[in-house]
Amino acid sequence: MANVLVVAELLEGKARKTTLCGVTAAKTIAEGTGGSFDILAIGEGAGAAAEELTGFGAGKVLKADIAGGYVCEKYAATVAAVGEGYDVVVACASAYGKDLLPRVAAKLSAGVASDISAVHVDGGNLSYTRPMYAGNVSGTVEILTPKQVVTVRQSEFDAAAESGGSSPIEDAAVTADPVADKVEFVGVEVVKSERPELTEADIVVSGGRALKSAENFTNVIEPLVDALGAAMGASRAACDAGYVSPELQVGQTGKVVAPKLYLAIGISGAIQHLAGMKGSKTIVAINKDKEAPIAQVADYFLVADLFDAIPALTEEVKKL
Amino acid sequence: MKILVPIKRVADPDNASKLKVSGDGGAVTSEGLEWKMNPFDDWSLEAALRLTENAAEKNARVGEVILVSIGPNDEHTQRIIREGLAKGAERGILVEAEDNTLDSNIVAQVLKAIVDKESPDLVVLGKQAADGDSNVAGTQLAEHLGWPIVNYAMQLTTADDGKTLQVQRELDTGVATVKVTGPAVVTTSDRILQPESVKNGVTPADHQYAKLEVGGRYASLKGIMQAKKKPIDTTSLGDLGVEPAAALKYTKFELPPARSGETTFVESVEDLVEKLHNAAKVI
Repeated sequence: MANVLVVAELLEGKARKTTLCGVTAAKTIAEGTGGSFDILAIGEGAGAAAEELTGFGAGKVLKADIAGGYVCEKYAATVAAVGEGYDVVVACASAYGKDLLPRVAAKLSAGVASDISAVHVDGGNLSYTRPMYAGNVSGTVEILTPKQVVTVRQSEFDAAAESGGSSPIEDAAVTADPVADKVEFVGVEVVKSERPELTEADIVVSGGRALKSAENFTNVIEPLVDALGAAMGASRAACDAGYVSPELQVGQTGKVVAPKLYLAIGISGAIQHLAGMKGSKTIVAINKDKEAPIAQVADYFLVADLFDAIPALTEEVKKL
Repeated sequence: MKILVPIKRVADPDNASKLKVSGDGGAVTSEGLEWKMNPFDDWSLEAALRLTENAAEKNARVGEVILVSIGPNDEHTQRIIREGLAKGAERGILVEAEDNTLDSNIVAQVLKAIVDKESPDLVVLGKQAADGDSNVAGTQLAEHLGWPIVNYAMQLTTADDGKTLQVQRELDTGVATVKVTGPAVVTTSDRILQPESVKNGVTPADHQYAKLEVGGRYASLKGIMQAKKKPIDTTSLGDLGVEPAAALKYTKFELPPARSGETTFVESVEDLVEKLHNAAKVI
C-alpha cells in the first residue's frame, strides 16, 4: 500500500494545471496499491489554491502559506517534513518540480525517478518508465529507497478531472531551513499570453531558424497561430537567436509537448528538438529541404518556402 | 574564484537515435557512437571559464576551474577531461567508476566528497546528462552541502570574487532573478552561451563574447598543447569514502516504438489543409 503526496504548483496564487497531472499519477499509484493520496498546496496564496483542489478525490488538501517568491530552499524543508508521512512524493516534471523535488528527496534520503512517462504497479511493487537519451530509449526503473520521489511528464499524464466530493483542508506546519537565508528572491517576470499554454494546447505551431527574425515570427507565424487557436513554440536555434523568448522552446532542453497537431515550420529537426515533440499525434513539416531530419517524424510534409506557404495556409485555415 | 565543473562523457547525443538495447533489454549499447562531453556540461564549463578570466586581456586566467569526471578510467574519459583542460580549465580529477553502477544519488555523494576536499566557491554543472536526462544530481549535491542552488541560469553576475551572485534563471512561465550568497551550486540553460550572459567584475561589463551556436568555446592549438601538461588526478569511490549505494535500479531498456505510417508529401497548401481537415481531422 502506497500513500502518495502530490506537491501542487502555484502561479500567482492559483494551482497550475501541472498539479493535476501529478494528481493523475498519484491516483494510479494509490489505486494500484490500495493506498490513498493527499495534495499539498505550498506558496503564497496556498489557502485559495487549496480551495481549488478539494474536488479531485484527495484524502485531504494541506496548505502551507509561504510569503514571497518561490525558491526551492524556502519550500523543500516543509515539503520534506510533510512528505515524511507518505511513501511516494509526486509532482509534475515542470521547471518547478525538477527544481524542488530533488532537494526534497535528498532530505528524505529518497531516490528520484524523474520525468516519468508511465507508472506500473505489479503485486504492490512500483516501477516507472522514463524517457532517456532525448527520448531514444525508455528505461523501466525501480526506486530502492524506503521513500520514493517521482516527477511526471506533463504530456504523458492527462490532467485529472474533478471527481466530486470535497476533501477537507488542513494546515501544514511550515519548517524553516537555514539555507533559505542564502537566497534572496529579487523578482520574476511572468510572460503573459492570451494564447493557450504550450504544454496544454491541442495545436502547436513552432518556428525555427529559417524564420530569420523576430519580426517574421510576428508577421508570418503569429497570424497562423491565432487562426488555429494554437500555442506558439520554437526551436532552440530560434530562441537562442532571440526571435522569441526562451520559454517557448520545444525540445530536450525546453518543453515537451504532445498536441493533436504539431506544425514544424522552418525547423530542420535536430534530435534535441524531436525529443520535445515526437509524441504529437499528427506532425506537419513545412520546409524547403525535403531531406531535413524532421521528415523522420512528419506525417505530412509540404516542401515549400515558408514565406509563401504560411500566409497562404493562414488564409486557407480562416476559410474553414 | 575557484570553480568545480563536473563533466560526464556520454554517447554522442546527436546520434542517439542509433542507440540499441541488448537482446534481453538489460543494457543500452552505444557501439559505433563516439563518446562526447555531455553538452549541458560543456555550457557550464563555458560559464565557469568566463567567470575565471579577463576576456579583455586575451582571456587571461584570474581564477581556477577544476574538472571532475566520474567514469571508467579509459581513453574516452581521459580525452573528455583533456578537452576541458584545452579549453582553459586548470586541472582535472577522474573518479574511477563503472557507468552502470552510477545513479544521481551516488554522483551527488561523490561530488560532495570532492567539494569537501577542494572547497570551491561554486560548482557549475549541466542541469542534466544527455544520456540519463535525470536533472537531479546538482540539486541533491546542493542539499548535501547545505548550499543554495540556482537551476537553469541564463545570466550570471558575480561580485566579491564569486562570494555573491545575481542570477536570472529560466522558468516555464518566464524568468526569475535571485541573489545568492555563496558558496553555491549553479546549473545552466542554453542561454548562458549568449555574448553577454556572464559578468565576473573583471572582464569589462560591456564585453561581448563571440556568438556560440551550439556549445562552448573551441580549444586553441596552444590550449591543446598546454593541456597535455596539466595534471589529472585519479581517485575512486573508496578513496573518497563514498558507499556505492544506488537509489535506483533499471530493470529494462527498450527502444520506443517508431512512429507509424509513412510521410505523405503534399503538393500544395490547399492539399495540406484538405488532408488535415478531412483525413487527419485535426483542424
